[in-house]
Amino acid sequence: MSTQAAKAQEILLPVKTSVIVLSLALGLFLNLLPWSGFGLLIRPDFVALILLYWCINWPRKIGFGVAWGMGLLVDVADATTLGEHAFAYCVLIYLAIILRRHVRMFNAREQVWHILPILLVSQIAILLIKVYNGAEFIGWGYFLSSVTGSLLWPPLSGLLAILLRLKPEPDQI
Amino acid sequence: MDTQLPPLFRRGPSPLARLVFFTLLSLLLFVTDARFKYLETFRLSLSVLIYPLQKLATAPSLILNRASEFFATHAHLTDENAKLNQQNQLNAAQLQRLQALEEENNQLRRLLKAREGYQGSAALAEILYSGRDLFSRRIVIDKGREDGIRPGQAVVDSVGVIGQVTRAYPFVSEVTLVTDKDQTVPVQVLRNGLRAVVFGAGEPSGLELRYMPVNVDIQTGDELITSGIDGTYPYGLPVAVVSKIERNAAYAFARIFCTPSAGVNQHRQVLVLTSPTRNPENVIAEPSSKTQAKTKKAKRGN
Repeated sequence: MSTQAAKAQEILLPVKTSVIVLSLALGLFLNLLPWSGFGLLIRPDFVALILLYWCINWPRKIGFGVAWGMGLLVDVADATTLGEHAFAYCVLIYLAIILRRHVRMFNAREQVWHILPILLVSQIAILLIKVYNGAEFIGWGYFLSSVTGSLLWPPLSGLLAILLRLKPEPDQI
Repeated sequence: MDTQLPPLFRRGPSPLARLVFFTLLSLLLFVTDARFKYLETFRLSLSVLIYPLQKLATAPSLILNRASEFFATHAHLTDENAKLNQQNQLNAAQLQRLQALEEENNQLRRLLKAREGYQGSAALAEILYSGRDLFSRRIVIDKGREDGIRPGQAVVDSVGVIGQVTRAYPFVSEVTLVTDKDQTVPVQVLRNGLRAVVFGAGEPSGLELRYMPVNVDIQTGDELITSGIDGTYPYGLPVAVVSKIERNAAYAFARIFCTPSAGVNQHRQVLVLTSPTRNPENVIAEPSSKTQAKTKKAKRGN
């Protein structure tokens, strides 16, 4: 149970707000890179991933308000109707909050299987709004973004841990 | 689960309550934005917040493009120069003809006391990136309100119409391509002058002429040009070429597919037609009081 104990300590380590702001800005930056064509289709939603990371690993640090605000920014950046991503990210945070104790029992590689459905549900939320607004379904390739996003989860957790200058246990991440 | 914690550890409302609250807030925003368009100023202020990040994100590819131009080989340049020279001569010859014709045309128009044709100014803009929304076809260009770009202006390339400015932010603006599902362009068949409206099909390179009867006089290969009757696109710009026609007597309308003439998905530079197209003056003269009286009488008679 040494890993459990280490995890319990991890929660207590202080996370500076500036680090969270920086990481979210970085996520937005990655989203804003000029993706196009197939790249755009498989582009993971970095903002969603980073929100998930903070919400799962550092509870109480970010909540619905931050996610909603980030959603609005993404909506403006992507020129979609305001509220689409805001809604999707709120769903994401809700799922993260109710599932996080469960998810944190696994290591980063096993967590992929929990992150994938969470990302899928938030993508479905966006899809529903789009279809309500008169768009047509663009094919199953739409969900590729969730797949790449969840595959990116382990390296991302590792990177963010380095960003925090923690010393992660080698068997954890 | 957080919801099962003893009251001591509870902080504020439960996650579900928060989710419901923020969902309602999102839906409120969504409906206001989609139906009433009240939030454009809000969107503008948020876009200014994002602008530096956006600039930063598009910088690497721009620098890469410029660098590749810088390192172009000598042979490539001479080759291109020769080609351009040739093209230039051809163009010059055509331009002379065009100028002569334009002069003549203007004179004739003046004689007819008709308005002179479109002589608008245009702004050259560079495409920053293509829109990230998978459900629509948009591009973002590097000119905005500060450069006189306004929503509704037409965007063209050297060949024909690309789309229309739908949102203008301070420094960038958003162009909806003609292939977008919600975009329509009033056109005219060059061969016989038939007027129609071309709709975007939502595919990378697809347009559709809708609501044309099955026996309509349109052939594969027909060129479609803007008709100019909407006051947005000036008259005579090439829009599309008819690529396929399905005539099925079982349906009321023929299905006519077109491909855009302009390189909708290709170029890096586009032209925004900045000066407003003048709407044709009201050609139908105001009915005089006599005729009005007559019509009134006629109506009463009925």
